[in-house]
Amino acid sequence: MTATLLFVQSLNGLQFGLILFLIAAGLTLVFGVMDFINLAHGVQYMVGAYLMAAFSAWTGNFGWALLLALPSALAVGLVLEALVFRHLYDRDHLDQVLATFGVILFLNQGVKFVWGAAPLNVPAPGWLAGSVEIADGLLYPVYRLAIIAAGLLVAAMLYLIVNHTRVGMLVRAGASNAPMVSALGVNIRRLFMIVFGFGAMLAGFAGAMVAPILSVEPGMGDNILILAFVVIVIGGIGSIRGAFVAALLVGLVDTVGRSFAPNLLRLLLDPATASQAGRALAPMLIYIFMAAILFFRPSGLFPAKR
Amino acid sequence: MHVRFKALGVAAALGLAATPGLAQEKLKVGLLLTLSGPSAVLGQQARDGFQLAVKDLGGKLGGRDVEVIVVDDELKPDVAVTKVKGLIERDKVDFVVGPIFSNVAVAVHKPIVDSSTFYISTNAGPSNLAGKSCNPYFFATSYQNDQNHEVLGKVAQDRGYKKVYLLAPNYQAGKDALAGFKRHYKGEIVEESYVPLTNLDFQSELAKIASLKPDAIFTFMPGGMGVNLVKQYRAAGLAERIPFLSAFTVDESTLPGQQDAAIGMLGGSNWAPNLDTPENKKFVAGFEAAYNVVPASYAMHAYDAALMIDSALKATGGKTDNKDAVRAALKKADFKSLRGDFKIGANGFPIQDFYLVKAAKRPDGKFQTEIVEKVFDDYTDAYAKECAATI
Amino acid sequence: MTARAPSGSGTQTRFGRRLGLAPFLLFAAFAVAPFLAAFSGAEGYVLSLLTRVMIFGLAAMSLDLILGYGALVSFGHAAFLGIGAYAVGILASQGSAEILIQVPVALAASALFALVTGAISLRTKGVYFIMITLAFGQMLFFLATSLAAYGGDDGMTVPERSRLFGSRLLESDLAFYWACFLCLLALYGLLRAIVGSRFGRVLRGTRENPVRMESIGYHPFRYQLAAYVISGMMAGLAGCLMANQTEFISPAYMTWQRSGELIFMVVLGGLGSLHGAIIGAAAFLLLEEFLPEFLHAAGFLLQDDMRTRLVENWKMIFGPLLILIVLFARGGIMGLLRRGDHG
Repeated sequence: MTATLLFVQSLNGLQFGLILFLIAAGLTLVFGVMDFINLAHGVQYMVGAYLMAAFSAWTGNFGWALLLALPSALAVGLVLEALVFRHLYDRDHLDQVLATFGVILFLNQGVKFVWGAAPLNVPAPGWLAGSVEIADGLLYPVYRLAIIAAGLLVAAMLYLIVNHTRVGMLVRAGASNAPMVSALGVNIRRLFMIVFGFGAMLAGFAGAMVAPILSVEPGMGDNILILAFVVIVIGGIGSIRGAFVAALLVGLVDTVGRSFAPNLLRLLLDPATASQAGRALAPMLIYIFMAAILFFRPSGLFPAKR
Repeated sequence: MHVRFKALGVAAALGLAATPGLAQEKLKVGLLLTLSGPSAVLGQQARDGFQLAVKDLGGKLGGRDVEVIVVDDELKPDVAVTKVKGLIERDKVDFVVGPIFSNVAVAVHKPIVDSSTFYISTNAGPSNLAGKSCNPYFFATSYQNDQNHEVLGKVAQDRGYKKVYLLAPNYQAGKDALAGFKRHYKGEIVEESYVPLTNLDFQSELAKIASLKPDAIFTFMPGGMGVNLVKQYRAAGLAERIPFLSAFTVDESTLPGQQDAAIGMLGGSNWAPNLDTPENKKFVAGFEAAYNVVPASYAMHAYDAALMIDSALKATGGKTDNKDAVRAALKKADFKSLRGDFKIGANGFPIQDFYLVKAAKRPDGKFQTEIVEKVFDDYTDAYAKECAATI
Repeated sequence: MTARAPSGSGTQTRFGRRLGLAPFLLFAAFAVAPFLAAFSGAEGYVLSLLTRVMIFGLAAMSLDLILGYGALVSFGHAAFLGIGAYAVGILASQGSAEILIQVPVALAASALFALVTGAISLRTKGVYFIMITLAFGQMLFFLATSLAAYGGDDGMTVPERSRLFGSRLLESDLAFYWACFLCLLALYGLLRAIVGSRFGRVLRGTRENPVRMESIGYHPFRYQLAAYVISGMMAGLAGCLMANQTEFISPAYMTWQRSGELIFMVVLGGLGSLHGAIIGAAAFLLLEEFLPEFLHAAGFLLQDDMRTRLVENWKMIFGPLLILIVLFARGGIMGLLRRGDHG
């Protein structure tokens, strides 16, 4: 039974990790290529979820809603880029942090202004609504398997784009040495816009995908933003590969650790202390994990810059 | 009625505002509620409930014109303390009504009661305020926090569930919730699971539940977490097999997000929108007409708080300077509560009935909780006897 | 990660002239405020608001030492506020309310935490440093939420304010105000002396060019660590004051959002001037307090329900306001003032 449980928990960790990857991918690119700290990346995830909720209520169809939500998320990203972010590229990091924090405040409150503070509901599509029986009495929702599939698909697509296209080559070059790329006559502004829009859309896609299983509410992007930063720092800033590996690691450490840490502690301590310590320890796990990785590899697992 | 959001404060703070020597001063009530962040919807319910009551009473409480001052505690205890000092010293309110969350309630308790201002909680009922730290200036129109959980514990015991799985967020109220459940439930607890307060995904816990096969689960998962849990519980196919008992998890504030996924799930409450009293029918219809959402218990408690202040001031002829007289009148609670039977106990907390409720879809497509059965009659909280105050 | 600050290598004018009038006006304002507050009809409220401003000013100023002068962006600085606050709360609930016990304990705990986490964090640079300090801050936050005996997540009321030699002097809001004022003034002077000393120059040097500093024989790491510890201890003291002011301790004092707000205050005021951080804290807290009212007054043409909605969603105005400050007021509020001087 424990083996099945471990398997299911790993599946959960994988699914969580892939969602984190979708968000972290855009964040690490924007950071790596443009040297731009975008705290507002988390609210783009939230905006994606809200757009999904709005379109799904309007069309009554999951597929159509997703088709509408993606370009809208892209559009929101591009509008933000033109209005705010573009003016910050040559500022220092602290100015960027401050201004994008302003964007967070605005959009968190903005969605509340438009859609109210109550959580919204997005129904899962009918053909993905069921669940499959993995083991005796243990059902796993098909929709989550679909998230895993979609996440892996996007990861594969990103791999192809980054490693086998011209834009991808520029992105990689930009991540390791942006001034050089610019000096070679590449229109760096346009490259920035493409990277930014694409990152925003990926985050929006993540938000749209989780809308049916999570509650769509103001501020839902704030905590995931911190986790996404943890991911890109562990992975090494600017590295898609690093983000992928780190996202899965964080997903697994969080899910599996939370579920088994109290049990492991029980081997060392008496049950009451173990459950108390486990409860205190579980939420700290990913931070301890990050601190440990940075202790041994101060620039993350796959540093892009050299 | 004049509702304002802390206007004039700038002038007062700069020392420019002269105290206007009006002959008939307005009664001032400060509403301290969480109005920003993910839990804002609870604060909005309470604010709307209170303001609806003031409107229904013709803009007056106890015959006096009312000024309602709404402040947002941002769910930060230290912010709440500053704002409450502003309400008391700058706005000179006669009553502070609120808040939603227990940590805020505990933080502002001292500044409010130290200033001899009446403090009426419309939701938070932490155990120490009901017991050891009870105070003659503190009242609640809600409940002591444990009570809704006790309802489910009693139900689980009465229905003969042998094994129950408990699930709560990893914070004080979560631990209190499980303690409350266990007060009346004596069967086996197969596991007590705690998840982080910001948890959004319950797959790990659901997998455990499916493998342990308990007779029922009991959970306390407020706000957005509750929405997620209910949707995921339904999607995992557990809702049909393992009864879902909960408190503050399935109510009118979360049902718009949960919708069909929550139907049939059980909760504990001191009220439900379909409670059959004429006052309640009028309240629910009025609330829905005014705000276009189904009221939750947060709104009901706030509405009752306004009625309670109204009744007390009627008894004192609108005067608030004799604190003992106001207190005695508040304690009498001489008004028709929306929930029917209602008395104030020695510790300032209500003595009231509790029900098992069930989420249901109404013919008009909206969702609400509905009463299944009465579980406790004229029920007093467990901490009242620890309260030594002679009110 | 580079942090902008007025470079210290400019013309070496006399101390007072370089400093300008701002700090004198600032402290004069804090000194006069209590006398004006007495006429406002809401003395306690005004005092409590300004006390809060000074406490956050102290915390922001301590952050400015490492952020503005050392370019070390600590995203876990609120942890020190928490350490100070919990030292006061825990000791007071154990029956030792004496400030001469509480403050040394708080300072020692802050110093220890800063020493350990600083030694680890300073191995990393730039955004990695930001994130590792965040990690330590989060660990402490979750530790506090698990302290069931001290209220866990809900926090705990502090039974009484700190006593000075056994006397309950600080119970009076006015006395407490002056205590905070003296702390702020003394530590401002101390920090001024630190940044003006050789130590401060080396710290600034490592910000500008760590390689050069190393090649001329300094160990940037030691200086940075020392600055980190000093900064942490000062923030710890701010935490002691905060627990006393609100008479409440809670893990909410050390959320990452709170750390972000501290960074915010420093940048808003202007990096690397010390009093800029205090001005930034004042601007941030006073905006937070009065923007809703200002909106209420400004929205007099709107209908009542629209007006309420506007006021309730004040953060929709606050956000763009911050963006505008960043875009058009380089160098924060101090930058604006400085430009005003020259133009």
